[in-house]
Amino acid sequence: MNVPENLKYTKDHEWLRLEGDEAYIGITDYAQGELGDVVFVEIETESEVLDKEEVFGTIEAVKTVSDLMIPVSGEVLEVNPLLEDTPEIINKDPYGEGWLIKIKVQDSSEIDTLLDHSQYQKMIEA
Amino acid sequence: MKNTPFAEIHKGLGARMVPFAGYLMPVEYSGIIDEHVNVRENMGVFDVSHMGEIWVKGPKALDYIQYITSNDASVLTIGKVQYSCFPNGKGGIVDDLLVYKIDDEIYLLVVNAANLEKDWNWLVEQSKDFGLIVDKELINASEEIAQLAIQGPKALEAMQKLTSEKVTGMEFYSFRVIEFAGIKDVIFSITGYTGAGGCEIYIQNNDAGKMWNAVFEAGEEFGVKPAGLGTRDTLRLEMGYCLYGNDINDNTSPIEAGLGWITKFNENKNFIDKEYLLRQKMEGVSKRLKGFVMIDRGIPRQHYEVVNTNGEIIGEVTSGTMSPMMKKGIGMAYLNKGYWNEGTEIFIRIRNKILKAEVVKFPIFKG
Repeated sequence: MNVPENLKYTKDHEWLRLEGDEAYIGITDYAQGELGDVVFVEIETESEVLDKEEVFGTIEAVKTVSDLMIPVSGEVLEVNPLLEDTPEIINKDPYGEGWLIKIKVQDSSEIDTLLDHSQYQKMIEA
Repeated sequence: MKNTPFAEIHKGLGARMVPFAGYLMPVEYSGIIDEHVNVRENMGVFDVSHMGEIWVKGPKALDYIQYITSNDASVLTIGKVQYSCFPNGKGGIVDDLLVYKIDDEIYLLVVNAANLEKDWNWLVEQSKDFGLIVDKELINASEEIAQLAIQGPKALEAMQKLTSEKVTGMEFYSFRVIEFAGIKDVIFSITGYTGAGGCEIYIQNNDAGKMWNAVFEAGEEFGVKPAGLGTRDTLRLEMGYCLYGNDINDNTSPIEAGLGWITKFNENKNFIDKEYLLRQKMEGVSKRLKGFVMIDRGIPRQHYEVVNTNGEIIGEVTSGTMSPMMKKGIGMAYLNKGYWNEGTEIFIRIRNKILKAEVVKFPIFKG
């Protein structure tokens, strides 16, 4: 299972990659494997400011619907434009092209509350 | 949790296993969409050993089956299969099933795994009036019988390699008991739950491993892949085949479910709920099970509300998915009178949105 060292993680199987005061957010390799083929992503919170763990969208696999929760508080700056027509990139490249949103982080101290790669790795192996 | 005799094979193939009807079953291998498309274009193999098999034997067998099922089993000849259902005495459905006529006094009923215990209790109860001897004339053989569904346009051509009997060209809903892959007394049935063609075979548990290997060896040049329960569901939904527990249940009548074609009111046939269902057929029903395709982007799911242009509730989704072939949301729903005609515009409430869909004729995926 691929769990990159340079990312932060949540118990809900999302990852966050910090770039200055902005961050990219996606779902983990483990999460995409559990979901199976992703067929639809709906994110309509662009330019909204959301609190940590608020729902920013939904992701649908063939058989299931799951909410997407923002790992830290912030403004949704951008939604990955590739998701509308090719949601399957989440399965193919969950940490790269399959990112979901880019946000402006509101409170950088919240980043420290997230899991690091070894904590997340332990969690999914448990 | 029970295992089918193919459990170790599934694990070796990396299948994701989930509990279903008391069995640990493979839900997917390479991915639902990949498996689905492969069944439509080539062939796929499903382990459906969880299905229930019940023998009905003896001089009363036909009378009994006629009474407990909605379809007319008297028209079956040896080697023919019939889709049917068990009316529940309250206007609903105990289960849907296949009836195989093996011989004049030997029938095989194939029922849903999730309903097996309920079916068995019901069948035993109903058998009392017919004097059937349980375990001798009414036998639950589910634990001993394994089943593979080998489905797809290339399935029969591939399976022909495993037998000297001619199986290509066999009629839909017919079967034969043949030697197949070196195994005697295999029930080879031209049936399935995918609409993709192919067969279903019934064997003893002991022969399972040998059968799996033979089928995959024969299918290799035809692009055979294992297929899981996830794909089984998306395939059947594209065809509009009912799934018990979703589209039909103890509270839905066969008439409402569009199963009037397997509900026969012939004079020579008395059966449970006959009068009630006949009245429904004559007087009409207030809701009907129909297929629909999303026009707006969205995926319908079970229990989502169906509404009209005024936002009034006019039905409920019973099954829904993204169709891997059509790449659109599709579903089945009970729709109120006035809204079930083909071409009617309906709306599905998906989370906070009301999205447009259109009522379509079955099959939903026209191929």
